[in-house]
Amino acid sequence: MMEEKKKTNWVLTIVLILGTLTVFFPLYMAFIIAFKQPSEMTNDVAGALAFPQKWSFDNFRQAMEVTDFWRSLGNSLLITLATIVLAILIHSIAGYVIGRGMAHKKSFRFIYLYIVSGMFVPFSILMMPLVKQTAQMGLGNRAGVILLYLVFYMPMNVLLYTGYLKNIPIALEEAADIDGASTWKMYWKIVFPMMTPMHATVAILTALGTWNDVMTPLVIMSGTGQNTLPLAQLNFQTQFGTNYNLAFASYILALIPILIFYIICQKQILNGVANGAVKG
Amino acid sequence: MKHKMSNRDKTFWAVTVPVLVLFFAFNTLPMIKGVIYSFTNYRGYGSYEFVGLRNYLDLFTDARVGKSYLFTFKYAIAGTVLVNVLSLVMALGLNSRIRFKSALRGIYFVPNILGGLVIGYIFSFIFTYILPAVGTTFHIGFLENSILASETYAWVGVLIVGVWQAVAMNTIIYISGLQTVPQEVYEASMLDGASKWKEFWSITFPLVLPFVTINLVLSTKNFLMVFDQIMSLTKGGPAQSTESISYLIYRNGMDGGQFGFQSANAVIFFIVIVLISVGQMTIMNKKEEQL
Repeated sequence: MMEEKKKTNWVLTIVLILGTLTVFFPLYMAFIIAFKQPSEMTNDVAGALAFPQKWSFDNFRQAMEVTDFWRSLGNSLLITLATIVLAILIHSIAGYVIGRGMAHKKSFRFIYLYIVSGMFVPFSILMMPLVKQTAQMGLGNRAGVILLYLVFYMPMNVLLYTGYLKNIPIALEEAADIDGASTWKMYWKIVFPMMTPMHATVAILTALGTWNDVMTPLVIMSGTGQNTLPLAQLNFQTQFGTNYNLAFASYILALIPILIFYIICQKQILNGVANGAVKG
Repeated sequence: MKHKMSNRDKTFWAVTVPVLVLFFAFNTLPMIKGVIYSFTNYRGYGSYEFVGLRNYLDLFTDARVGKSYLFTFKYAIAGTVLVNVLSLVMALGLNSRIRFKSALRGIYFVPNILGGLVIGYIFSFIFTYILPAVGTTFHIGFLENSILASETYAWVGVLIVGVWQAVAMNTIIYISGLQTVPQEVYEASMLDGASKWKEFWSITFPLVLPFVTINLVLSTKNFLMVFDQIMSLTKGGPAQSTESISYLIYRNGMDGGQFGFQSANAVIFFIVIVLISVGQMTIMNKKEEQL
């Protein structure tokens, strides 16, 4: 191994550090506005950029009440976690079965193309019929949203899992077959644990998509009075009125959970996203 | 052995059939229903009758639909070009010999994990209050009024937010592309005394071309389907100048009594997305083969 002895490019480093202002500035604005009082909202630049006169959590407390924060957070967590768990269980075995079946059978090759082509179907064309359909089936609620996510993410996840299957030697499965293990048992005991890196990628991509999604819960759950975290921001816009400080406290509250998750799992998330792109 | 194979087959079908039923019921079936509705004058409630191709013919003469296609394409083309240029530059920077590499990569990805709706609200405030304040203080004419209130420039505001979020994702994909380029390739070129600019176009770019394909297809598709940012920044205004196709289908299809008509719009939109994606992949695959 030859160690890199090249010099650090400090100019570029500094440019890139300054560039992070484009990321931080909007978040900084949101953060300080969330702490200010309406009387502090001035029309001059210095005033707008200044820290609040005192750091009080009153806006946050009020925003939590107005938007029923904990319930919205609970709904978001429930929907995202349920979708991730079910996606890993169902999409992985579907990906396995379709991937292995494809090697021998034309029918599975066709099934693979049928499901993966679903990636090109925009939500717009499904939206209106789905609203009617889920309402008729009693699925115009959180369960319906979870079910729809399972269908919407199936093309991408099946593609990822079948792609990853190429790394798993079929010889292992044949050995288990000789030992007399059923395919079902063999899958959960041998193949499923071996796909762990792909489970992480699938979990992360599915989580980022579902956590921030507005459109599906907006049209499917509108009759239930339940909100997800982003949906609450939309539905309470009118109640915030011109009280921007209250609104921004609510936005910050909506951003914090995913930011914390990102800070904790940053490495896995970046790897997961890169993995998904390379394999997909 | 024969018995074993049939056990495997049975398990395979026992998994596949329910999955297919689920996928058909909530993806293919609603799509078929959408196509059927597109031939009716259904308003979303009450009775309706089949009107043949009338919705489709009306689509081509409907000024509002035309305007939404114009906006969406303008937005998608500008966004795709900007995002891909910016994120390739960003990726080159973040992949070179800099300090704090992983921290910087982590920070630049943040916009992608935040929801488009809330980000839109935050930027809406910046466009409406902060930038005009800057414009007034420093006497910069074009900043003095909110760009979101301008029929001509509101789309630029939506574009800035869309690009701000999308660059994060595409940069990560380009970085993983750059990491597939073996270091020896560069060492060989350094011996030849190749300039950085030439090195990029003759070595790096061809090698990351598959990643350009992924990013082009991904970002075009995402920009074409823009919804959240429209919802939070402009609601399609002013004077419908930023009404995207998805937003129009949602607005008029769900609440505007145009269920049938907007279904036809959605069918055309679907065909357009498929044609563009397939077209992009075909062209890029040919380019990749040439190299």
